Amino acid sequence: MTRQDAGPRTGPGPALTRPPAGQAKRKSAYPYALYLPAAVVYLVIFLVPTVMAFYFALTRWTLFDSTFVGLDNFRDFLSEQNLRIGFTNTLFYAVVTSGLKVVLGLLLGVLLTSKLRLRGFLRSVVFFPVLVSTVAVGITFSALLRPDTGLVNKALAVVGIDGPDWLGDAGTALLSVALVDVWKGVGIATVIYIAGILSIPRDYYQAVAVDGGGAWHRFRHVTLPLSWPATYSVIILSFIGGLRSFDLIWTMTRGGPGFTSDTIASIIYKQYQAGFFGLSTAGNVLLFVVVTAIVVPLNYFLGKRQVAA
Amino acid sequence: MRTLKRAGAEVVALGLAAVVFLVPFSLMLLTAVKDQSQAADLDFSWPAEWRIVHNFLEVIQARDYVLLRAYVNSTVLTVASVALIVVFAAMAAFVLQRRVGKVGKVADFLVLSGLVIPPAIVPTIWLLQGLGLFKTLPGLILVEVAFGLSYAVLLFRAFIAAIPRELDEAAQIDGCTGLTLFFRVIFPLLRPVTITVVLTSSVAIFNDFVNPLYFTPGDDNATVQVTLYNFQSQYNTQWNLLFMDIVLITIPPLLLFVFFNRRIVAGMTAGAVKG
Repeated sequence: MTRQDAGPRTGPGPALTRPPAGQAKRKSAYPYALYLPAAVVYLVIFLVPTVMAFYFALTRWTLFDSTFVGLDNFRDFLSEQNLRIGFTNTLFYAVVTSGLKVVLGLLLGVLLTSKLRLRGFLRSVVFFPVLVSTVAVGITFSALLRPDTGLVNKALAVVGIDGPDWLGDAGTALLSVALVDVWKGVGIATVIYIAGILSIPRDYYQAVAVDGGGAWHRFRHVTLPLSWPATYSVIILSFIGGLRSFDLIWTMTRGGPGFTSDTIASIIYKQYQAGFFGLSTAGNVLLFVVVTAIVVPLNYFLGKRQVAA
Repeated sequence: MRTLKRAGAEVVALGLAAVVFLVPFSLMLLTAVKDQSQAADLDFSWPAEWRIVHNFLEVIQARDYVLLRAYVNSTVLTVASVALIVVFAAMAAFVLQRRVGKVGKVADFLVLSGLVIPPAIVPTIWLLQGLGLFKTLPGLILVEVAFGLSYAVLLFRAFIAAIPRELDEAAQIDGCTGLTLFFRVIFPLLRPVTITVVLTSSVAIFNDFVNPLYFTPGDDNATVQVTLYNFQSQYNTQWNLLFMDIVLITIPPLLLFVFFNRRIVAGMTAGAVKG
């Protein structure tokens, strides 16, 4: 009796009942006031600017005063010769980096959960780049990728291949940056896959062994389908990261040569630097629309498959 | 035969890992200790002259000791932001997990939006300027907190789901509700995930380049990552100093890595896989 009066008892696990409304006597043990500090910072510093962006994107703006110009900024931004490139580049970059992170992360994950003796060491080695700053990684790889003196091309020359000017060539610049991004970020994907694979019940593998299935069979019919939650996380995380990525591209190519490796984020920064604040904000709104338009359906689609699997 | 095959595979894996992951770091270290003309080659030759101390001092003294100031700034920024993120996110996650309802749904939606929406940068500058916080460290701290909250809330929330509600009820019978319940009963139990949040967000904030670039331009509030960017334009040819700077600012994450390697990895996985 007293126990029940102490509050809605739902036991451990997800709360199924909502607290009975109109219980004047019982002040909740979980007051909304605990939201307050987080809510204030989040609303003021994040949400207000996000909402204001929709207005400022429609103005010519100096930070101090703004004149309404309607959709001119969007027209300018979209007619900017480098924007169409920036748009496709952003998509290309996000697809390539997240695709490679899934494939390599899964392979490394399988390798590093196998009975390898150097497993612990290799896990550390693969993960360490995640902790190094992106700018430092970018500078180092710019050195390694230099056309004549860089180690990559020297190594290729030994095998008799005449390597391209990785970052200076319009055809390879963006791809090179994307590969460095994969090098830096694959550690996170690997760790996610390691967790995913380790959570697969051993019974399935034993069942395959009883049926006489080999390593490929184990991978194809157990590991691959059952690590789906990990794949889902890797895709969503790296896709969002790829769409927004700025620092690596800025450090390695500044969007060059020409505008060939510009992405939406680097164009936004260039417009900001040039003092076109309204234009830059219009770019931000576009990026917002692009990210939402891709991530929300992707999330829905992947989430549905997850339930099915 | 099998063991031989396995040993072979291990050697290959180790070799590949060494080439792919360790070569870039050895370039950093080698170049950082060379003299200027040899460093300009950016190759893997052995240093003709070891200039560790000399390069070190020159990097520290450059631009009127900007690196030391940047170190102080980065430390203050990281410690303050992470402390606020931990407390704010844990409190919000607690209510979010325990109290379902309309408010909770809205909060839930906002947390997810924070993960997906790219921050609107120039309007944020405008806002900080209005508040008198643009180009100041407190302004940058608020920005890092606002941008870092969502991920921390998700981590905390997943962990709190595993804490039995009976505990809350027992505490309530003893007269604890709200703040006291949270700080005296729940928060101490969150220690493992708190460590994870501290590690992941301090690495992210210490290494952050984009937000300091936008929100604290100029040398006064420079953070260590931005000094790298400054060095790069100023010492375009002095690769040895640039790489010495890289090595110096990689030391804090390296220390974290050495001491907390296992925990970092465990924490990343705890937050990343929802399934």
